[in-house]
Amino acid sequence: MKKLLSIIILAIAISACQSGSGDKSSTKEEADVKSLTAAGATFPMPFYNLVFKNYTKEKGILLTYGGIGSGGGIRSLKDRVVDFGATDAFLSDEKIAEMPAPIVHIPTCIGAVVIAYNLPDVEGLKLSNQNLEDIFTGVITNWNDPKLKANNPGIKFPDMDITFVHRSDGSGTTYIFSDYMSKISPKWESSVGRGKSLQWPVGIGAKGNPGVAGTISQTTGSVGYIGSEYAFAQKIPFALVENSNGFYIEPTIESISASAKGEIPADTRIMLTNSSDPDAYPISGFTWIILYKDQAYDGRSSQNGLATLEFLNWLIDADAQAVAKQVNYAPLPEKAVAKAKDILKSVTFEGKPLMK
Amino acid sequence: MSSEKISKGILLFASLIIIILTGGMVYALLSGSIPAFKEFGIGFIFSSEWNPTEGKEDYGALSFIAGTIFTSVFAILICIPLAFSTSLFIAEYYHGKAISSVVGTMVDLLAGIPSIVYGLWGFYVLRPLIVDLGLSSQGFGIFTAGLILAIMIIPYATSISAEIIAMVPNDLKEAAYSLGATRMEVIRYVIIPNAKSGISAGFILAFGRALGETMAVTMLIGNTNVIPEGLFATGNTMASVIANQFGEADGLKLSSLIAIGLLLFVITGLINAIGKMIIKRF
Repeated sequence: MKKLLSIIILAIAISACQSGSGDKSSTKEEADVKSLTAAGATFPMPFYNLVFKNYTKEKGILLTYGGIGSGGGIRSLKDRVVDFGATDAFLSDEKIAEMPAPIVHIPTCIGAVVIAYNLPDVEGLKLSNQNLEDIFTGVITNWNDPKLKANNPGIKFPDMDITFVHRSDGSGTTYIFSDYMSKISPKWESSVGRGKSLQWPVGIGAKGNPGVAGTISQTTGSVGYIGSEYAFAQKIPFALVENSNGFYIEPTIESISASAKGEIPADTRIMLTNSSDPDAYPISGFTWIILYKDQAYDGRSSQNGLATLEFLNWLIDADAQAVAKQVNYAPLPEKAVAKAKDILKSVTFEGKPLMK
Repeated sequence: MSSEKISKGILLFASLIIIILTGGMVYALLSGSIPAFKEFGIGFIFSSEWNPTEGKEDYGALSFIAGTIFTSVFAILICIPLAFSTSLFIAEYYHGKAISSVVGTMVDLLAGIPSIVYGLWGFYVLRPLIVDLGLSSQGFGIFTAGLILAIMIIPYATSISAEIIAMVPNDLKEAAYSLGATRMEVIRYVIIPNAKSGISAGFILAFGRALGETMAVTMLIGNTNVIPEGLFATGNTMASVIANQFGEADGLKLSSLIAIGLLLFVITGLINAIGKMIIKRF
């Protein structure tokens, strides 16, 4: 009975990661690599969908990307069922230590989290850092609050309850948003903190960036945070946010790029939120692809490793980066590309560098 | 080997698979939820805390148990009078007439609609209506989710009840009529006593479905991880929190979600057992 039980459990486990195991068997072949599998964040998905398709057209390598969330991307890499994972929040030193082998981070583009809202006849809403703290901790509950009027003298606010829409699932978008909130508001940092999912003081939850975007566009009086591309695509209005220099900044490709003007560490693990640059939109962040530093694992061939690296090298090059702009992500600044290329060169196979 | 033996073997094999599957599921749920129960003990069931922030992690299932019970009970309260009346309409008052077969077909059609479609309808039609009526400022909450659940389970309860009511022997009814009973009296003294165990079983099945329903509820309940404070307050259910948070969960949080799954399994099991008892007793 016990044996039967373990067989059944094994069968369930195998079926649960079928896509992954199918991939593994193909990677065992020494022949040309035909496909690469990846999974992770939904935040950069519009960019990845486009650019992965382009790569398949150009090089004939099929790329499959599963938008299962940053945490799922990390877990998939940990379980070695993907060639690389994708995440919006870099792994802390402790989390890296929990991985079975050393990993590296490759930034792929810069995205912004916008404060989207749904108020009839209100355009160009400006929100100060104090406003953000008050709205998202439940101090301001009505749109006609004098604190909002003080910032927006030209706007006639309706007498309407504020409905804060946040993510109900864990999310890298939430991490970027809460990291920014923690930087601008000690009250937020101590009571809510930063993380991929949080204990929310107010508001309602919706699943995924599309879910929050849909709920905001369907609910008058709502406000929430979403990946910028989702707001641009669905034409949901978003607020101008006060940056560290006191300017109210609209999220544009230029203002998002500006957030990465500062120093970037060699391993590229940095949060770009609340940038000190006066032109920067403050709720911006890199999104990363993560992979093992040594590609010799789980029966992978050196071709597999090389195909992964060649693709990533292409992804951070000018052609692919130009695509980022089409879907409203900011391309990587040159120094970030240089650092990412150094990291790619440091990736090895059985201790020997793969790329020249 | 005789064909008798072979067919017996096949039947045994098929039945064994069911036992093994159920056992494997219970085993997986139990072993997965051990870390959560080790950390929080039995208090896990009675704590309404749900804090996934790193370093301050604290999980409890009470908010979700409350949300599940509130929405399901609300749904079944709406469902009982409506489903019972409809089933009488189909199986007794207009039995065999065209209108009854039209209504019957509609009921079956409703029962076959996937829950995500109910969710969409609730999100785009029902929720704005609730906002327009001024019942709630954003339309999410126990009321909306419970209402959708009610609409989803009415067809189930109706078609089962209608089958049972149609099965009440005609001789009995005719005997009652010949004694001068009115239609209402026939329903009260003949049909209900004969059909009540089947009808109760139908409602319990419907209640069971309401407990586990996920997609439509998660789109309408508001997904706030607190005990709902009223009919129009937002909340979350056990099935919905699992569906929402499973993807990003690991460690203690994952274990807590599995523990909630285990509790849901136990609750639905209990409901089924109660249903069986009711059927046996009457």
